[in-house]
Amino acid sequence: MDSREGHKDLKIRTEEFLQIFRKGEEFTQEVLAENEKLRFKIVQLEEENKRAREVDPARVKTLEEQMASLVEENRRLMERYREVELENKSFAEKYLEVEQENNNLANLYVASYQLHSTLDFSEAVKTVLEIIMNLVGAEKFAIMLLDEKTMELSAVATEGVAVEDMPSIATGEGIIGRVAAEGESYYAADAPGEKPDLLLPIVCIPLKIKEHVIGVIVIYKLLVQKKEFTEVDYELFSMLAGHAATAIFSSRLYSQSERKLVTIQSFLDLIKEKPA
Amino acid sequence: MAEINFLIVEDSPTMRQLISFALKRVHGAKIMEATDGIDALKKLSAQKFDLVLTDINMPIMDGLKLVSLIRGNDQHKDMPIIIITTEGAEEDRKKGLALGANAYLSKPIQTAELLRLVNEYVRK
Repeated sequence: MDSREGHKDLKIRTEEFLQIFRKGEEFTQEVLAENEKLRFKIVQLEEENKRAREVDPARVKTLEEQMASLVEENRRLMERYREVELENKSFAEKYLEVEQENNNLANLYVASYQLHSTLDFSEAVKTVLEIIMNLVGAEKFAIMLLDEKTMELSAVATEGVAVEDMPSIATGEGIIGRVAAEGESYYAADAPGEKPDLLLPIVCIPLKIKEHVIGVIVIYKLLVQKKEFTEVDYELFSMLAGHAATAIFSSRLYSQSERKLVTIQSFLDLIKEKPA
Repeated sequence: MAEINFLIVEDSPTMRQLISFALKRVHGAKIMEATDGIDALKKLSAQKFDLVLTDINMPIMDGLKLVSLIRGNDQHKDMPIIIITTEGAEEDRKKGLALGANAYLSKPIQTAELLRLVNEYVRK
């Protein structure tokens, strides 16, 4: 009984061993097949490697020439890129300049348009004040006109300072009088203090019709945010010197002629009404 | 092209023309002008504006009063307002902004700066 059971057990163990052995055999076969494939691959790679080492010198030369040409082209393109970049920068700067010039011209156009849009003396003077305050950025300033009989300058309009506080100035006297006598603009080197001297302006512009001075614009103080004059301010001063003078002069003449016309008309009406 | 409606509130004809000149460079700009705060309120009640540019020192009703009235009106409370004024002191700027203005420009104005601000608020 025991011997039969022992035999059976041995048979099972043998079967198990044979199964393991067969699996081992299959695995070995697989490893061998894989090994064969790898050997074949190695041979292929070695051949490719050998072919790669045996390159045609002429082909190498051609490739080297192509590479040199590409390097040269790259250098030229980089150079061109830098040129275009510089050109672009220059165009951008030019654009800003043109933009600024355009804005300056707009300021000058508006100022000139407004100056010549009226024949009313007080409106013309008000326009000059507006231009000096809004476009130049002045806080304290005055327009002084010359009395040709007394040859004295007296204020007709002011901003930031009372008209009655403004002194009358004879032509040739002090900075303001000299500007009226010589017809040349004056720009002070230093900014004034908090309470400016009314005889010492920072800017004095003659109002001229050709070479004939009819008055002056005097600026004593700029707005707190206005630190210095810009290029367009000088152009505005130059424009004001001529155009403001013409506008003020013609509007004054027109107002005078209007008054005379009314007087003459009343006189004529009176004559017509007078019984014969 | 979509219209952009601007209202310039300014008593000085010179400044009105100058600002108008600059705004014409904005595509689709349609510009209306008012000479004081009351005139501006009348125009604001008649139509919708995309941006208001106002001076401070004006007769009848000044710009600060106008800003506070606009901000107190639900219809216009989100409308951008730019103050353009000769009052350049820091306290004036703070006062204008505290009342509800979106930006504060001191005169004399730089057109480029004005257009930069206008484009910023119009795009919003």
